[in-house]
Amino acid sequence: MKRTFAIVRAQLRASITLALQYRVEFIVEGALAILWIAVTLVPVLVVFGTRSAVEGWSFPEMLLVLGWFVALKGVLEGAVSPSLLAVIEHIRTGTLDFVLIKPADAQLLVSVAKLEPWRIIDLAGAGLIFTYAFAKLGRGPTAGEVLAAGAMLLAALLVLYSIAILVVSIAFFAVRVDNLLYLFQSIFDVARWPSTIFRGALAVVFTYVLPLALMTTYPALALLGRLRLLTGLGALAGTLAFAAFSRLVWSISIRRYTSASS
Amino acid sequence: MSLRAAVKAYPALLRTGFASAVAYRAEFLIWMFSTNMPLIMLALWAAVARSGPVGAYTQAGFAAYYLCTLLVRLLTGSWVVWELTMEIRQGTLALRLLRPMHPLLAYSAENLAAVPLRGIVAVPVLSILLWAARQQLGHDPVLWLMLVPALLGAWLLTFLVMALIGTLALYLESATSIFEAWLGISAVLSGYLVPLDLFPKAVQQVALVLPFRFLLSFPVELMLGKPTREHALALLGGQWAYVALALLATNLVWRAGLRRYSAYGG
Repeated sequence: MKRTFAIVRAQLRASITLALQYRVEFIVEGALAILWIAVTLVPVLVVFGTRSAVEGWSFPEMLLVLGWFVALKGVLEGAVSPSLLAVIEHIRTGTLDFVLIKPADAQLLVSVAKLEPWRIIDLAGAGLIFTYAFAKLGRGPTAGEVLAAGAMLLAALLVLYSIAILVVSIAFFAVRVDNLLYLFQSIFDVARWPSTIFRGALAVVFTYVLPLALMTTYPALALLGRLRLLTGLGALAGTLAFAAFSRLVWSISIRRYTSASS
Repeated sequence: MSLRAAVKAYPALLRTGFASAVAYRAEFLIWMFSTNMPLIMLALWAAVARSGPVGAYTQAGFAAYYLCTLLVRLLTGSWVVWELTMEIRQGTLALRLLRPMHPLLAYSAENLAAVPLRGIVAVPVLSILLWAARQQLGHDPVLWLMLVPALLGAWLLTFLVMALIGTLALYLESATSIFEAWLGISAVLSGYLVPLDLFPKAVQQVALVLPFRFLLSFPVELMLGKPTREHALALLGGQWAYVALALLATNLVWRAGLRRYSAYGG
């Protein structure tokens, strides 16, 4: 366990140092991140210019969902996707060999291989959105609510990461899947709305099949103190099962890997 | 190269472009499915309109708007900016410069050749969906006729802006970042996320004179039968004026940039 942490720390330090070399890129990409947060907010601002609530969600409550969305999107595009895109490239060119011969778990190594540190702006933006939302609500969350939201956030991150690992596992069977990861990134945009927005078949898909809506809705409900304990525990159990499943698929897939050069 | 030779070579380029789109059909479909933002926005507005219409839009109105938006987006999409910046960075642009045809013309053939295939996939599906909201579509055949030059203008403007920003890679390293910024602003001001007439008056006034609405909102408005014939004609003129302007700017930037271009790895 201690060794695992040491590896993660070393990998993270290396990837952050690497990314920080490009200072102009840091500033430019940071400015772009701010622009995209603003673009994300525009539709909601327009909607709440005409309505005071949508499907039971008021403006500040909707902002909480959007805040989680901005934060998770930052993590997905700043940490999960870059690393896993690198894996796909490794598989295609055969350089995954160099990862596999290292005396550590391959999944761990590839998962923290590459970072885009400027996406930290997304987390800061999410923090601002939360602050504003709670100022509008006229109250702060209790310690218990923050704790529950934290647990839900961890679950959401784990699901996000597991889906990405599943997508990457496909790369062992089909070569061109980098755009599959982009497809997932674009489908993730669904998570910007609370799950109750969706009706009919879409509601089923985004709750049970691809639990995107829950990733942002549950943490937001937890912050509002509206998440039922049983629902929360169910979500945690489901998440753990899903993570175990993706780990299983990864280890089956990696057994199929034959270096591109052999 | 003479214009006549270019005209003669263009159909062959279109055929090879179409063939390569068919060859990579799985990738092609995945990229198409990545364009889902109009549907996500539709989910929100449909929920909002459940409690009554918003402005001029009922639930069916929103459905028609966003399905048309999706269709126009799919039919007018290009990717030249990514290819151009990459080829400039890697130096492979030199290969294109050797050929007896303007590289931008060749790019335009490759990008244009993908449109029919996208149409084959998108038009039937979206037509079925739009059938349910057919009351919301325009009834004036003249406006539907004007849709043809409007779509062509939208495609050309999209392509030329991409080519223009991509050409900037001859001067700058962060040309793709400029394009990202363009994408963000255009998502708001072209009506991609929210119909322009739902914005506050001040924003509408600004959006009215900028080029963004001609990329997307204008063809959609024609499909929904919103403008009068005279107004639509004026808008068409505005769109093609922007096309001419973009063509001129691209040409200037390209010529000046090429003079300072020296391929890497020579």
